[in-house]
Amino acid sequence: MMTEDLFSILHNQNLDEVLKTYPIVMDFLANYRLEDIPKDKPFIEALNQADDEILEEFGVDQYSMLLSLHSFLKTFTSEETALASVSSLTILGGFNKSREAESVSLKIQSGEIISIVGPTGSGKSRLLNDIECLAQEDTPTGRKILVNDREIDEDSRFEIEGKLVAQLSQNMNFVMDLTVQEFLEMHAKSRLTPKAKIVIEKCFTCANDLAGEKFSKDTKVTQLSGGQSRALMIADTAFMSNSPIVLIDEIENAGIDRRQAIELLARNDKIILVSTHDPLLALSADKRVVIKNGGMYKIIETSEEEKQSLAAIEKLDNIQHMLRQKLRFGHCITEDIFENLQIR
Amino acid sequence: MKLITVAGPPSSGKTSVIIRLIECMDMPKSSIGVVKFDCLTSFDNLRYNEANIPNETGFSGKICPDHFFVSNIEDAVQWGIESNFEMLITESAGLCNRCSPYINGILSICVIDNLSGINTPRKIGPMLKFADIVVVTKGDIVSQAEREVFTFNIKQVNTSAKVIFVNGITGQGSFLLTKYLKQTQDIVTLKDMKLKFTTPAAVCSYCTGETKIGDLYQMGMMKKMEFNKL
Repeated sequence: MMTEDLFSILHNQNLDEVLKTYPIVMDFLANYRLEDIPKDKPFIEALNQADDEILEEFGVDQYSMLLSLHSFLKTFTSEETALASVSSLTILGGFNKSREAESVSLKIQSGEIISIVGPTGSGKSRLLNDIECLAQEDTPTGRKILVNDREIDEDSRFEIEGKLVAQLSQNMNFVMDLTVQEFLEMHAKSRLTPKAKIVIEKCFTCANDLAGEKFSKDTKVTQLSGGQSRALMIADTAFMSNSPIVLIDEIENAGIDRRQAIELLARNDKIILVSTHDPLLALSADKRVVIKNGGMYKIIETSEEEKQSLAAIEKLDNIQHMLRQKLRFGHCITEDIFENLQIR
Repeated sequence: MKLITVAGPPSSGKTSVIIRLIECMDMPKSSIGVVKFDCLTSFDNLRYNEANIPNETGFSGKICPDHFFVSNIEDAVQWGIESNFEMLITESAGLCNRCSPYINGILSICVIDNLSGINTPRKIGPMLKFADIVVVTKGDIVSQAEREVFTFNIKQVNTSAKVIFVNGITGQGSFLLTKYLKQTQDIVTLKDMKLKFTTPAAVCSYCTGETKIGDLYQMGMMKKMEFNKL
């Protein structure tokens, strides 16, 4: 139905009308150096006036151009599929590095935050990898991942791949040379975000809330500080990216409000997994998975008691934050600061 | 024997991806071979040797790399069969964006990296457009947003491609790629099979060693730029 409609639109409507409904067609034309073909005719007729040589260089003829424009439009107008509705993720245990069975399994509901702890090299990343590729007892760990309590067949596994999981890590940088505004616009365009303006505004405000130091929309993303970049990436992942699962690899010391950041992501009904050594982050999670010798060794639910000690950790953290602020604004860090502090 | 063709711009991570892939294939090392098509020099053979992967390198030298590929690919396949490989992977550096060493019915993989610029996918052309799978490397050092925009730009050029992010250092992502490789058909020869795209036309005087500049020396297939009067 939809397919037929697109064809008849391309056949009957003048190009400028098509462009009004689907501005993205301009990108298609630009990809083939066809920006200048007449817009007051339907696509095929307009093509008649295009330079034959261009079509030849790209190895296409007029009919196959119509087909590619059609599949192009279909790709970029199709509704997002069932992906958006991941309500739970289940990790069924496999083996540790000594081939002993993992005794634990874990079911995570959307909106839940899970932290993953364990010594460096113990297998935290391996677990994140298994989730990313939706392991079906076919990775070295033998784990099996269920989505919404169901096994994933090969076909949908390939379909889903890459869209299920968003990743954030300490060593990520911006490489494109754009301002914050342009960057958000570009991402919104590629996500085909409806109401892009509102979402962009939300991302921007939220990123500024998270970042220690404020930045403007005209700042180049490459000129943002580490903390500001992280803040923008997190806000962007929360509001713009539609991957229902977010894997976070170490965001401590990023110069942002870590807890607020994680909660922001979870509030948007995402499943959050944080691999961390940071007590504040680990205890902010609902549960934490302890990894030992390559296997899930223990799952600790954050108890009330632990949540209470979270307050003390937060105090320590605030002191750190305060000291950092003092440094930033040119104060001296002297002993009398500590005398006035009560750490308990 | 299965044949896989891998292409991509220089330094995009083709060799790393192939090595990770072979590690991940769960097959005896001597059963997968690599043929590298390069232009002038290459050091990739050292890396393949180090990983105990049987390999052969060919240099196109003054011949168009695409033409060089086509005229040697069948020999490469026969070498692979004689060497009792179960799988042969060819690696070629696409030197101009025009190159696309892909064959109909043979799994073609294009490797590009996330650092190469956000619009690069839209500029690469046939090498990207005709690939079955597009492997994106170096994604671990850019933001999620940039990965998504990059994927979007790939989809603009190749709507049907599977886009897979592979970390060439840790191998993350290569597992899924192996699944595709295992699905490919076995072949005994490429004879009578067809390229997915024509190779660059190149029959002019400069192909045959002319170096002097000027109308007088230009003969054969030519394409002239148009310069508009300002």
